[in-house]
Amino acid sequence: MTRIGKTLKVLHDDLRKAFIPYIMAGDPDLRRTAELVDVLEDCGADIVELGVPFSDPLADGPTIQKAAQRALQNGVTLSSVIELVAKIREKTQIPIILMTYYNPVFKYGEERFVSDASSAGADGVIVPDLPPDEAGGLIRHARKAHFDTIFLLAPTSTDNRIRKVAKASAGFVYYVSMTGITGSKLSMDLSIESHIRKIREASEKPVAVGFGVSTPEEAAAVARFADGVIVGSAIVKRVGGSESDLRKYLLSLRKAIP
Amino acid sequence: MPALEELEGAYRDSRSDADFHRELLQLQKTYIGRPTPLYFAERLTEKLGGARIYLKREDLAHTGAHKINNAIGQALLARRMNKKRLIAETGAGQHGVATATGAALTGLECDIYMGSEDIARQSLNVFRMRLLGARVIEVSTGSRTLKDAINEGLRDWTTNVRTTHYVMGTVFGPHPFPMMVRDFQSVIGREAKKQIIRAEGRAPDYLIACVGGGSNAMGLFYDFLGHEEVKMVGVEAAGRGVYTGEHAARFAGGSIGVLQGTKSYLLQDDDGNVLGTHSVSAGLDYASVGPEHAFLRDKGRVEYTFANDEEALEAFELLSRMEGIIPALESAHAIAEAAKLAPKLGRDKIIIVNLSGRGDKDVQQVARIKGIEL
Repeated sequence: MTRIGKTLKVLHDDLRKAFIPYIMAGDPDLRRTAELVDVLEDCGADIVELGVPFSDPLADGPTIQKAAQRALQNGVTLSSVIELVAKIREKTQIPIILMTYYNPVFKYGEERFVSDASSAGADGVIVPDLPPDEAGGLIRHARKAHFDTIFLLAPTSTDNRIRKVAKASAGFVYYVSMTGITGSKLSMDLSIESHIRKIREASEKPVAVGFGVSTPEEAAAVARFADGVIVGSAIVKRVGGSESDLRKYLLSLRKAIP
Repeated sequence: MPALEELEGAYRDSRSDADFHRELLQLQKTYIGRPTPLYFAERLTEKLGGARIYLKREDLAHTGAHKINNAIGQALLARRMNKKRLIAETGAGQHGVATATGAALTGLECDIYMGSEDIARQSLNVFRMRLLGARVIEVSTGSRTLKDAINEGLRDWTTNVRTTHYVMGTVFGPHPFPMMVRDFQSVIGREAKKQIIRAEGRAPDYLIACVGGGSNAMGLFYDFLGHEEVKMVGVEAAGRGVYTGEHAARFAGGSIGVLQGTKSYLLQDDDGNVLGTHSVSAGLDYASVGPEHAFLRDKGRVEYTFANDEEALEAFELLSRMEGIIPALESAHAIAEAAKLAPKLGRDKIIIVNLSGRGDKDVQQVARIKGIEL
């Protein structure tokens, strides 16, 4: 079992839910990103998602788009993010997931990416523009390296797709709370509950929910049904502010997620 | 993915639906004005002193470019799928105008995404879209051109997928878009084939078309692909030159990558980030190219070359003066290639150039480049 799987299992056995914050690697710079991972862990993060900046982040709203642009201006690349993971890994065992678009991985080489990222100490990857249908190669290399591939489901996903995505996913299944991009407004209706129930019928893998979760109330509501809560844009927005405000905010999320 | 599966299903159903075909044919004839003429450019031919040059007059199609062929097809499809709203990206504004027209025709709402740089250089088309009842949404992220307008269009579609159809304007994007747009545009080549046989009694020796995303080229080429004696040339935008880094010549300067759901040639850096592009023509100013063009290039079936800004501007004036036809700056790239190729060929050879659009939209910009105040 990977670090991600173990962490989620321990939480599950404890009747607890995972808090999974996202930050953009290299925003404002790589050294600060390493410090921020400490801050996240300090404030109760169970798993950390590290964004890899890309020029055309299709699934992201304005907050993460801007963060990616800042990181790219700093010269941050997939290779430098992998090196950063190795540095972070010297100090902590917290599971780390890379969230990257496909072209940087394609250019880097799928096999080499899995090998370098997993030896650096990353535990898995989310590639929002790569559906499992096209991910045969990446999944094969990842399975060999015990590196998790996490795929996305949306409210529009059909039963057939739920089965396919759940099967291709390792670590957990990522349920996108609404049709839309990161940082959009969450609509807390009954559909999250019924969709997660459907995913659970298709698979025993843990389900984490992301996109649009920003307040502690929303995090608490989502945590009632999901095994993990992913918060991205709302944190990225606060990375530019004071650290004490950021910590306060992170702790309020942690408190809201049982 | 579910939206793409839904779209593919609806598209396949429409293909075997006689009523859908009848309506599309009727609109092609009475609304778009098809078939567009195949015109023998006699004075241009004489001036260049070589092959006989024919122009496929897509500039005479309703709204002034080939884009309408696809936009009307997809608007009918969207209505069939019970969508309430059309969205689209646009570079030069021609696809935006065509989609806004299709929306007005079918009574659908319409939002068009356009990069702020393109809004500045194509203000006439922006106003046309608004007149047609569409909202033009300015995109000021990234390079502020076509690529970023597609990003925003896809983000909108992801968000409003239940009510909205995304009218991709070129043979790009995830399946089934490249296939569907090609099919709607292939009417160009089907007509041209009949017309050239009527005019010359034989197939042409060369087809030439400009290639941005590649829809007008694919539209002309597709029906001729099986005729091996017909050579085909796609012309990319070399901007300020392919060695300057300021161009949109994906085949000459790019490598295989994946952007916006498509694997094709892409202008990218070593880390897989997409590079900025430049062309005097907004419609060719794009970092990647339709995947079927990549296939035809790798197979050696189509040759891809380029024309730079200066050559395109010369061709723009050349065609205006010699034939009384002001071409779109995009199409002027194809004319520029014809001007290079025709003199090297004998007078018994035949070239068909796809005149994909008319140049009214570019007049202001050309005046600006020439330092003329209107």
